[in-house]
Amino acid sequence: MDLGAFAQCVSSTLCVVSQLTSALITGLILFLVASGLSLVFGVMGILNFAHGSLYMLGAYLSFSLLRLNFGVATVAAALGVAVIGLLLERVFIRHVYRAPLLYQLLLTYAFILVLDDVAKLIWGYDFVSMGVPDAFRRPPIFIGRAPVPAYYMFIIVVGVVVAVGLWLLLTRTRFGRIIRAAADNPTMVAALGVNVAAVSAGVFVLGSFLAGLGGVLAAPVRSIFPGMGFSILVESFIVVVIGGLGSVAGAFVGALLIGFVRAFGSVAFPALEEGLVFMLMAAVLLTRPRGVLGVGKEL
Amino acid sequence: MTHSTALRSIVRRTEVTWGLVAAAVAAVLPLIYPSTFLLNVGPQILVMGVFAMSLNLMLGYTGMVSFGHAAYFGMGAYTLGILMQKTAVGLAASLVLAVAGAALLALVIGFFCVRLGTIYFSMLTLAFAQIVYTVVIRATPLTGGDQGLIGGIPVPPVRLGPWTVALRSPLAFYELTLSLTVAAFLLAKVLVDSRWGLLLRAVRDNGDRVEFLGASARGLRLSAFVAAGGFAGLAGALMALYVGGAYPDFVYWTKSAEPIFMVLIGGMHTLLGPLVGAAVLVGLTAVITQYTSLWGLVLGAILVAFTLFLKVGLLDFGAERWRSRAAAAPGNPPVGGVARAREAK
Repeated sequence: MDLGAFAQCVSSTLCVVSQLTSALITGLILFLVASGLSLVFGVMGILNFAHGSLYMLGAYLSFSLLRLNFGVATVAAALGVAVIGLLLERVFIRHVYRAPLLYQLLLTYAFILVLDDVAKLIWGYDFVSMGVPDAFRRPPIFIGRAPVPAYYMFIIVVGVVVAVGLWLLLTRTRFGRIIRAAADNPTMVAALGVNVAAVSAGVFVLGSFLAGLGGVLAAPVRSIFPGMGFSILVESFIVVVIGGLGSVAGAFVGALLIGFVRAFGSVAFPALEEGLVFMLMAAVLLTRPRGVLGVGKEL
Repeated sequence: MTHSTALRSIVRRTEVTWGLVAAAVAAVLPLIYPSTFLLNVGPQILVMGVFAMSLNLMLGYTGMVSFGHAAYFGMGAYTLGILMQKTAVGLAASLVLAVAGAALLALVIGFFCVRLGTIYFSMLTLAFAQIVYTVVIRATPLTGGDQGLIGGIPVPPVRLGPWTVALRSPLAFYELTLSLTVAAFLLAKVLVDSRWGLLLRAVRDNGDRVEFLGASARGLRLSAFVAAGGFAGLAGALMALYVGGAYPDFVYWTKSAEPIFMVLIGGMHTLLGPLVGAAVLVGLTAVITQYTSLWGLVLGAILVAFTLFLKVGLLDFGAERWRSRAAAAPGNPPVGGVARAREAK
């Protein structure tokens, strides 16, 4: 434990702002990925292990498309991942809706093996690094006297906009109402004449899009390599558990919580860095097993 | 004796028979056909088989899905490694202490985990296992940190009556692993067929009813957790002996995923199923990596086909076929009770 370093950091604007932005970009990227995972789980009851691989594909696609134009790359890569998600759902996953949960895990784990190797075939075995897009190669924005890179601001803005958009989609639209109803009671929704298969596919596509978008946004600031989906997958699971299974609002809180724990916790407890988020998860599970908001699904 | 108990006792005896026959074949095979591939991959299959079998005490028999079983595997590996490397404790005592250490760790962690059910249980086991992982990579003086316990594990020759066996020889190590695997299998078999084993299955099917009958479901779940931890510790200790060290990825969560998939592939309603699953997964990986570095692509495709078409573990599938054939044979009572017999008429 290094509380001295922590106190020193908190008393300096520079350190607070840099840890704060780091917490926000970690948290918001994590939110994009985890909200997709949570939606897919909440509505379809599928724990998708391959969700991290979709994030990885988003990063790689944006890396390849960047030579066109940054805006095009961002949108096209996220949509491309959504299309891949649609294919996975229609060709494979829909056959295991009724299979035991563990067989769904085995199937989606097999996707990880395949997709990681596909990434190796297309983009090579090594790390690739993309660098900040040209559009963001400009002087940092100053908050107080602390600089924040322009691209970090972009991630934060996009993350918040998507979070608000997702919230509006789920609460204000017909599709959102159906999604929430299907999460609650799919049989009843089907009995009311809604095409549940189409809703499932739609949710899976939405979830894949969000994972892909997370990868696209992360691509310039993280190293891209086959298997990069692994660690974010585990963290997304933690977010989903901390936030409550199936709850998007919970995922938002959980993801930001993890962002803050990682950014500030690594200053205060450098020796425990890798274990902090898991300690947080254990604490939440033991005290509030339905998530911090207490809105998680019963299983 | 009712039909179902008669059938169960047949299956019971059959599993031991098949297990011993397979073990006898496995014991003789390298003597007739001494291949390096077999002596290399064989111990890995057996060790991972014991690991998967230990998980199945929870997964298949008690209905608890642990995502953190690597903690006990790693505990066994590190305990044995540290004892053999840094102290004068002998091999047999180190093995016993490795099992005891893993069981003790399982007791402590399990105490908290068994309060929760379903996916919440799974995530809590994962959380604790990752905390153990953090401790392992940070306690560098004891565990070697990121590097693991390097420098090899000295294994003294073992005296067996008049013979002295050098375990450094691959054949001797193969046979040692095989005999310990058989011992673990037989012990686990006795356990799951005991009253305790029946209660575990009752907890799996309906914990509330077990409580109504006056037994503690939570206590039973904890005891399954500890037993599974102990067997996992044995597997970990053997793995440490096999690779001559203990490494952080023994404790990492991917190591917890492997036995789950072995149980799913082999079948979760027997003890031999996970061993079969280990043979399939480890064997396939070893064979595929000889031909291509893209083994994930091939293995993934096989797993996709497996989940889509079979959807049930290999031995479970086989046992079901065997059972229905035995039932269909003339002179045997039909399976499924009166209703189906009436239907047949």
